[in-house]
Amino acid sequence: MQEAIPFTPQLAASPITGLLWLIPALPIVASGVIALLSQPRRKSSATLAIGSLGFSLLLSLVAFGHVLAGWTRNVAVRETVNFTWIQVGTVHVDLGWVLDPLSAVMLVMVALVGLLIFIYSIGYMEHDENFTRFFCFLSLFAGAMLGVVIANSLLLLFMCWELVGLTSYLLIGFWYQKPAAAAAAKKAFLVTRIGDIFFLLGIVWLFAQTGTLLFYNGGAGSMEAGALAGLLAQPAALGLTAAGAIGLLIFCGAAGKSGQLPLHVWLPDAMEGPTPVSALIHAATMVAAGVYLIARVYPLMQAGALTGGTTTALTVVTWVGASTAVFAALIAVAQNDIKRILAYSTISQLGYMMAGLGMGGVAVGIFHLITHGFFKALLFLGAGSVIHGCHEEQDVRRMGGLRADMPLTFATYAVGMLALCGFPIFFSGFWSKDGILEAAQHWSVAKTPFYLLVFGALLTAFYMTRQVKYVFLGYWRGGKPAHESPAVMTLPLVILALSAMALGVIGTPAWPWFRGFIEGRAVGFDWHGFAEPGLLMLMGTSTVVVFLGLGLGWRLYGGQAPKPEEPDVLEQAAPLPWGWLRDRLYVDDLYRVTVIAFYEWWARVAEWLDRRVWGGVVAGVAWAFRGWAQFNRFLDNNWVDGGFDKGCEELATGGGLLSRVQTGRVQTYLRILALAVAALAAILIWSSRA
Amino acid sequence: MTPLAGFLLVAALLFSIGLAGALTRRNAILVLIGIELMLNAANLNLIAFWRYGPHPEALTGMMFAIFSIAVAAAEAAVGLGLVIHLHRHAHTTDLDAMNRMRG
Repeated sequence: MQEAIPFTPQLAASPITGLLWLIPALPIVASGVIALLSQPRRKSSATLAIGSLGFSLLLSLVAFGHVLAGWTRNVAVRETVNFTWIQVGTVHVDLGWVLDPLSAVMLVMVALVGLLIFIYSIGYMEHDENFTRFFCFLSLFAGAMLGVVIANSLLLLFMCWELVGLTSYLLIGFWYQKPAAAAAAKKAFLVTRIGDIFFLLGIVWLFAQTGTLLFYNGGAGSMEAGALAGLLAQPAALGLTAAGAIGLLIFCGAAGKSGQLPLHVWLPDAMEGPTPVSALIHAATMVAAGVYLIARVYPLMQAGALTGGTTTALTVVTWVGASTAVFAALIAVAQNDIKRILAYSTISQLGYMMAGLGMGGVAVGIFHLITHGFFKALLFLGAGSVIHGCHEEQDVRRMGGLRADMPLTFATYAVGMLALCGFPIFFSGFWSKDGILEAAQHWSVAKTPFYLLVFGALLTAFYMTRQVKYVFLGYWRGGKPAHESPAVMTLPLVILALSAMALGVIGTPAWPWFRGFIEGRAVGFDWHGFAEPGLLMLMGTSTVVVFLGLGLGWRLYGGQAPKPEEPDVLEQAAPLPWGWLRDRLYVDDLYRVTVIAFYEWWARVAEWLDRRVWGGVVAGVAWAFRGWAQFNRFLDNNWVDGGFDKGCEELATGGGLLSRVQTGRVQTYLRILALAVAALAAILIWSSRA
Repeated sequence: MTPLAGFLLVAALLFSIGLAGALTRRNAILVLIGIELMLNAANLNLIAFWRYGPHPEALTGMMFAIFSIAVAAAEAAVGLGLVIHLHRHAHTTDLDAMNRMRG
């Protein structure tokens, strides 16, 4: 590996950074416009959504090109645009966006995968009556996600983060007529909310400590040396520094969004949404937001680490990630719903990313995020194509032999499956997973995560082989014969499949371009990258493990695939553990008897309090006021009204008397006038005489 | 009896006749005529006080009287106009019939 040459930093904003806000703004505006379109305007809504995202992709590519151009000139681009959002006295809350290698890479990935999934959705949602609503939400999601990526302020990131959560809720519950979908949407929203509360606490604490939520602000940002030193000097509870405690709080938010233990329960249920949503939100991008968040605040997570050492926060991230990776992979073995298998596989892979971040740094985790984004989107879209072709059948036991009916879907799905398993050399998953394993091997704290991750890789290869054998090989066990999907759906599959294979090139040990790009140092092509001590050994090990998993799956499910009503091969061998896995290791049930039972009990108590105690108080107050009102009415009727009526009567009588004077005859008036003048004259004469 | 007293006596007589007419007649036109008489009694007074006052060489009294006559003419025009409209409206000039403003 090459010597790390720190690049000269570049901070001044260039024109593309000034326009960076357009990238999330365009899809959000498009979503607003689509929301105003009437239901039947399918073509315009799809065009708007795809056009705006396409433009965002274009801008993202320009931004990426700008960062890349800087990289080739040995300049580490980190350009920010910051502005004050709220100012109260001397306290000001700033927002802003940032363009650096991390955000540039994510922008391109999110926009590209999103665009492909948008195109795919045209085919998949063709017969849905709420087509425009779907594109409205999808567009809003894409904008919010791009906002998360460019945010240079924890607050802006949090806002977009919540928007992403909202669209996730809306899209999981897209088919709200299905009770399961509505419940899944609610569950996803509530479970991620738990993580978000801790995240918000972390944000508030960070703001209280550093007075800024900007990541980078020319030395004054919260992720820069000055603020971090202050955070490290501040002790918190349990031997943690403030930096570590805030890091852990932020990780709670990331764990909620990225489905890490123990907040993973919402992700499998989220598969009730339309399949493109599962692909875009719950596999490729949104769930990766948690990983991205940790990468964004990595300076904070890493603060205080000695060279080669680690921090409490990163250790926690690693352990949670590694256990999630194995835990979810185990459950995936015993699932029968095609999307649910992929959902657990997603949780498992997110665990890999977290572990990669915890042990190997930003580049390792994010590289797996990028490759996973492509091949998992591919797998989900393939699964969608299968479901579409099999007339909304999702149970793998009722499929089979689709290799012949859906050749293109099969080929691309196989690519995705091999990439996910980490099939050597030709697939990107191999290289990104190897990076994580290599980091785990060299981790100074413990070796257990390494063994966990290797075991996870074995399980991944196994359950994916099982799934592919069930779905594509063997014979057709369903009802109506399946058909291949239209080109608008298969074309994105092909593009994603090619990316899933090609992407590995940028992260091989011989040419670790991705790592160099993210970390801001030059890399060259060098075969000696493979000569790192123990690396070939590791690659050999992981290859063996993958082949072991593939072979095991092939062997176990190689014969006649069981009929839907027959028990699984493994179930025959070990019914008890199979039952545990099939029931998802009872995490949902655990929550049901603890958290949910407690809330139900609490709700009952609250209801009793409401009805008996507070209701009684309110009724008593109401009764007292009614009594007072009765008394007042008595007073009014008998005293006040009588006096008032009398006064009115007197006035009327007086008015009547006075009105007599007004005879309406002009001569009467004249007469009175004459008399008055005469009287006046008499007085004058009499007084002058005196 | 000074000449002034004579004039004033005549003016007072004229005023009284006018007032009596205005008060006793029921025809609106005759009431107007009564009012004109009272006005002219006042004019006679103006002239008399001027003529036998301290500055008979200044024409103040005469100017005053001419103004008063002009105003009286305008008033008579308005009054007659009102009477004509009343007649068109109610087909009578009897003032006793016009008591719509009674309280």
